[in-house]
Amino acid sequence: MQAPGSKRREDLVRFENVGLRYGMGPEILKDISFSIAPSSFQFVTGPSGTGKTTLLRLILLSLKPTRGLISLFGQDVTQLSAPTLTKFRRRMGVVFQDFRLLDHLTTYENVALPLRVQGRSESGYKKEVVELLQWIGLGDRILSFPSTMSGGEKQRAAIARALVVQPDILLADEPTGNLDGVLARRLLRLFAELNRSGTAIVIATHDLALMDQFDGVRRMVLGGNRLHIDE
Amino acid sequence: MNRGLLDRFLIGVLKRFFDLRGVFRSKKRQQALIPHASASGGSLAAVIAIMAFLASLTASVALRVSNASEGWQSSVSHEITIQIRPTLGTPIDPEMKKAAIILSETPGLKNTYVYSKTESEKLLEPWLGNGLDFDQLPVPRMITAQIDKKSPPDLEALRVALSENVKGASLDDHRAWTQRLSVVGRTLVLATLATLGLVIAAAGFAIAFATRGAMISNREIIEVLHFVGASESYIARQFQIHFLWIGIKGGIIGGIAAITLFLALHIAARHWASSPNGAEMIALFGTFSLNLNAIIAVMAIALLMALVAAFVSRVTANRTIRGLD
Repeated sequence: MQAPGSKRREDLVRFENVGLRYGMGPEILKDISFSIAPSSFQFVTGPSGTGKTTLLRLILLSLKPTRGLISLFGQDVTQLSAPTLTKFRRRMGVVFQDFRLLDHLTTYENVALPLRVQGRSESGYKKEVVELLQWIGLGDRILSFPSTMSGGEKQRAAIARALVVQPDILLADEPTGNLDGVLARRLLRLFAELNRSGTAIVIATHDLALMDQFDGVRRMVLGGNRLHIDE
Repeated sequence: MNRGLLDRFLIGVLKRFFDLRGVFRSKKRQQALIPHASASGGSLAAVIAIMAFLASLTASVALRVSNASEGWQSSVSHEITIQIRPTLGTPIDPEMKKAAIILSETPGLKNTYVYSKTESEKLLEPWLGNGLDFDQLPVPRMITAQIDKKSPPDLEALRVALSENVKGASLDDHRAWTQRLSVVGRTLVLATLATLGLVIAAAGFAIAFATRGAMISNREIIEVLHFVGASESYIARQFQIHFLWIGIKGGIIGGIAAITLFLALHIAARHWASSPNGAEMIALFGTFSLNLNAIIAVMAIALLMALVAAFVSRVTANRTIRGLD
């Protein structure tokens, strides 16, 4: 993560004085300014209800800010065309807190979804999807439907879906919330490995133990509707 | 053009104009991204089947009216009638003979038939009843002749010759009737075509409502597809493919129902024709035969329903996605 104003061209995400309010209500996020550099690793943290998920949704452009400037991959998003937005989303991986797996698709189909929507042929990605599922511990659940899976299994499937496109930036909302300690550490190692290979990681969590496992990782702390950056 | 080439051409047209790449791309179809159960597919297929059935009936009526109108016009316009009214002091039989001679000498006419006095009186029986003494009435007489289609006669010259040589003679070439029949026939065909258009429009509206409903109820799926990098056109295409299959299913069911009904009417019509009241039934309902044109019309309507489903769902999906964003 960079201090605002530095290395502008290299930033994957840049917020300048961004504010968000729903309708005529009070601002739930105020004067949010930060940037995310390639290959950086950061946590977004803060008590429940302070806007961690909302901040991730702003980065994903599923919410529009009421004020301020957001740029993604060096481009101001206010004039972004639909095809460009699609292109940008293909460079981002996202793990939702509620998993958002499609119930009528198998684990394999859910994980392969980002590749399928890009129009790639199944023969071209089948092997890598199966390998990823085996690595993440879902090798025996390839043909299972989400309704028959545990919370932890669903979460791993959601993580695999985010990783399968090897994104430039990975946004994860409470990614270890439903995992036991061993699996959580294993997944964090995966995130670290991904980060070393060049993917910027943004993890929203309120789990202090999780953050403590990473020394020197920057923390973006939300509180009082504002963002404080702990370098 | 051989059949394989024609198939490839038709698929190419469908791909180009309806953007249905997903339908024909893979040999092994992947699981649809829009769940079948969630989009009221069964009810919509039933609605489309009913619409296809009604549209097929309407098209069949239009075809029958059009054919019947052509038949009436053809039979009426190929015959002329000469009417000779009795005039005071002139015996009618010599005038009839003169008229018959003129007709037989006119090139382009054949099968001249002179109605006898008894036959002419018989023609009036439906209106005046039996047992009337027609000698007291000035009953006009009639001669008919067929027009040779290959070399039609000069009817104006014939009209002049008759009026100059035969007292009380008038020529009727049924032009006024033909024109009226033509107008009536055309109006009926247009009315049935308009009804056909309304039925197809109603099917289109039903598909549009169903598409919008399906998109709203699958909003979460659309959101996930967006987040994993699906373009708007890709998402719209998923709904289009979903509704295209429903349209094909509904169109085929409606078409089969219509052909079954036509077949039943065809069998019934043959049965009526051989029954004692056959003539009356044919006079009331006409002869009904299951011909190739009717089958082609039904198949065309089934295909049209599928294309309407594909087109309307795509347009609606494109608009709704922008609204959901």
